[in-house]
Amino acid sequence: MRTVSTSLITQTVEQLCIEACYKIGDDVKILLQKARDEEESPLGKWILQQFLDNMHISREEQLPLCQDTGMAVVFIELGREVHVTGGSLEDAVNEGVCRGYEKGYLRKSVLDPLTRKNTGDNTPAVIHLEMTEGDRIKITAAPKGFGSENMSRLAMLKPADGADGIKKFVLDTVVRAGANPCPPIIVGIGIGGTMEKAAYLAKKSLLREAGKPHPDKDIAALEQELLNKINETGIGPQGMGGRTTALAVHVETYPTHIAGLPVAVNIQCHAARHASAVI
Amino acid sequence: MIKKITSPATTEEILKLSAGDMVELSGILLTGRDAAHKRMVEYLYKGIPLPFDIKNQSIYYTGPCPAPPGRIIGSCGPTTSFRMDGYTPLLLDLGLKIMIGKGQRSPEVVEAIVRNQAVYLAAAGGAGALIARCVKKAEVLAFEDLGPEAVYRLEVEKFPLIVAIDSRGSSIFESGPAQFRI
Repeated sequence: MRTVSTSLITQTVEQLCIEACYKIGDDVKILLQKARDEEESPLGKWILQQFLDNMHISREEQLPLCQDTGMAVVFIELGREVHVTGGSLEDAVNEGVCRGYEKGYLRKSVLDPLTRKNTGDNTPAVIHLEMTEGDRIKITAAPKGFGSENMSRLAMLKPADGADGIKKFVLDTVVRAGANPCPPIIVGIGIGGTMEKAAYLAKKSLLREAGKPHPDKDIAALEQELLNKINETGIGPQGMGGRTTALAVHVETYPTHIAGLPVAVNIQCHAARHASAVI
Repeated sequence: MIKKITSPATTEEILKLSAGDMVELSGILLTGRDAAHKRMVEYLYKGIPLPFDIKNQSIYYTGPCPAPPGRIIGSCGPTTSFRMDGYTPLLLDLGLKIMIGKGQRSPEVVEAIVRNQAVYLAAAGGAGALIARCVKKAEVLAFEDLGPEAVYRLEVEKFPLIVAIDSRGSSIFESGPAQFRI
């Protein structure tokens, strides 16, 4: 057994929250540059250039890319041979979120859903824990802004709806979202499992390198088909018309029940923030 | 071509703007989002005067990040405007002239824009650091207890925007995508 203290987990989460909000991955940057070069709409081109300038300013000046620094979603892959000492893992993660949002001058956006009273430190985080092999812990902080989260949807389709039903639901979700989720977007789709499993898969698919096809060729073909269809809607950058509505579509699947076909669509804005570390 | 506008703007200046125009705005903006709008409208229904005059003013829907030391403001991009739609016609009828946010508006808001010769401008959602650079002065004007949702008075220079819904009710969210739909 390898021992890892909760204080190291706190410190790592703190750094990852800040890093994710200041630095967007090169994968998204490359897709945005390509979109800017190919965009036919002059307005769209102007907007895409603003996003690229914004990424540069954010890195250079250590300012969050977007003022909606999100609700902190933290994925933890915990090796079976790790023993966490010094307290609860959940408390350690929340302490890291609290410190990261304070130290990084990130916005505290989390509140009680009914009283609407702000918790003041952006906690609690949404924590997803998975057990894996080995003696390491992989931590990923993925702050999620609600402009795009609000436009996400889930449907319990009928088996008879099949692949066509899935495509229709995804397209309908993107069209209904229109300008609101700050297109160009990345569309995360979870198909199968149960209601919460589909939602989890959709969220998790957003952690994949943006635009990297699924290893299964049939799923990769579905991703490409959906991306083409989404870009044919003409919604465009910020919903003002153009060729670039989505930068990528990521699909993850899981076996489901004979009676069901759950489909979750998690929409991610172009500020696709996530940062990982292995300890 | 990028048009230059100042805020507060005159009705004459507003009438010259058309959906799809690229503009750079300089001048004074008040910030306000969900909680500030809710409170403004509650005050108005109860007959309590607002702590600031919104006649001829411009409201920017944003909730900025805290300002790091030595900076005027943190990241301050636009938030989704439709959440303010229920409160907006009343504010327009009281003289609000410019709204800045992102995304579509309801038919009721579009009607109130036309009725009051106002305009709705859209900022690039997600470009919070770039927009922070345009802010030259920021101070809390009212509702300080609302934290990031407090009403700030901002002085901005060359804030890049697009005319989303003009004073005649034309919307770039309709005409733009229609042009590129396959």
